[in-house]
Amino acid sequence: MTRSAKRMTRLGAAGLALCGACLWIGAAGAKPVTYDLPEDTAQLHPGPGVEVAEAHCLTCHSPDYIAMQPAKKGQAFWTAEVTKMIKAYGAPIEEADAKTIADYLAATY
Amino acid sequence: MKGPSEKEETMLQRRDVLRGAGSALLATAAFGGRARAAPASQITLPFGNGERPLVAYPGKRPLIQMTSRPPQLETPFSVFDEGTITPNDAFFVRYHLAGVPTEIDPESFRLEIKGKVDKPLTLSLADLRKLDAVEITAVNQCSGNSRGFFEPRVAGGELANGAMGCARWKGVPLKAVLEQAGVQTGAKQVMFEGLDGPILEKTPDFAKALDIDHARDGEVMLAYAMNGEDLPFLNGFPLRLVVPGYYGTYWMKHLNAITVLDTTLENFWMKTAYRIPANACACTEPGKMPTATVPINRFTVRSFITNVQDGGKVKAGETALRGIAFDGGYGITDVLVSGDDGRSWTVARLGKDQGRYAFRGWEASLKLPAGEHKLRVRAMNRVGQSQPLEALWNPAGYMRNVVETTRVTAS
Repeated sequence: MTRSAKRMTRLGAAGLALCGACLWIGAAGAKPVTYDLPEDTAQLHPGPGVEVAEAHCLTCHSPDYIAMQPAKKGQAFWTAEVTKMIKAYGAPIEEADAKTIADYLAATY
Repeated sequence: MKGPSEKEETMLQRRDVLRGAGSALLATAAFGGRARAAPASQITLPFGNGERPLVAYPGKRPLIQMTSRPPQLETPFSVFDEGTITPNDAFFVRYHLAGVPTEIDPESFRLEIKGKVDKPLTLSLADLRKLDAVEITAVNQCSGNSRGFFEPRVAGGELANGAMGCARWKGVPLKAVLEQAGVQTGAKQVMFEGLDGPILEKTPDFAKALDIDHARDGEVMLAYAMNGEDLPFLNGFPLRLVVPGYYGTYWMKHLNAITVLDTTLENFWMKTAYRIPANACACTEPGKMPTATVPINRFTVRSFITNVQDGGKVKAGETALRGIAFDGGYGITDVLVSGDDGRSWTVARLGKDQGRYAFRGWEASLKLPAGEHKLRVRAMNRVGQSQPLEALWNPAGYMRNVVETTRVTAS
């Protein structure tokens, strides 16, 4: 997306959260279309390391992304997923936290 | 076929009752008479960890919520029995990144055409609507549609068969806009970007590319309308790319930038993601990685029974079947059904032809004596492509197109 588009998106997100009506006032005659996305309802399953997973994983996606994955895939599967989030998607996760998260996911899901 | 079944709908009603009772208890016990809002109901897709809430998003009927952030919604399979056009309020939703726009002003919205062009353009929706409009009826299908059925299972969006839909798209040919801008010699690809984007700066922004000849084939379209209405917000309002016969990954939503390149786009979304094994079956031995890959491209052939659900009951005797079939745009020529797990086949009657990119309806009748039967359906297209009797496998869980099996009991 272009830089101006990014600004528009951020404005949209902030506007909905803080100042829903401002969008309409600021637009002077135009009719912007707004969309109200439902909030996350799912939560990560409890388990050792869940708070580390919450702090990192939920920045970019909801917990259901994890819960829908095939069950009991084990350490190699979840380590590969965490590595993908860091290497491919640029998640800023330190090595120790990455291991905690992979261990948590392998033990819990 | 393994779509959400009648059995599940019964379960669903039962769960509603249970949930109702539970929330009544909660209400008296914990909330002093004020129950919290619960999802309308749930559905269980027929694979492990297949429990999903059914959630009605603005402008949508209750759909299968795969993830809430980014929003990803699957169409309940029963919708495909309603007709060969998928209604806008039932059409599936797929985003990669959670930076989804929540406010778009159609009057200030602009599409940029830039890069290796003689005359860069900035077009409003009004500018686009002034150009000669074209319409095409075409299926959009997610690359990972049906991923949940892969065995062994693979990581990703765990979808049943509902990440597909067929709509009448209206807009302008990409070719017309590229001609207006004047593509320069040496152009190799055209890159597409939309308003949605990543949460983190370091996450690769979603962008896709088509080869220049494909982009100029006259069929690839900038669509502003779907089934006679503005695009639904979550299906790419106010403008999206339509790439007939190709997987949905190329159908950029909220399309606001088109860049002509004299190189091949080598970002994460083209070079790493959405790659398939570079062989005739686009498959590997289950569990194995491919040695070479190519970008995913045209749909494989698929067909479904829509009026009988897996695990369902039918009356013994003459059983009417109906369903849909589609392919990557050569056009469906034959649909065959079997009542005996593929030992014998009966030719189905094809429904109205809405164009070679559309769902093709079909009808057939099978004699089913009392007992259990495995119904199968198989389609063929104009160039002789069909569907494998045994499922193919690839590590990303793309392009599933096995001949579906629907188990029924006749009595």
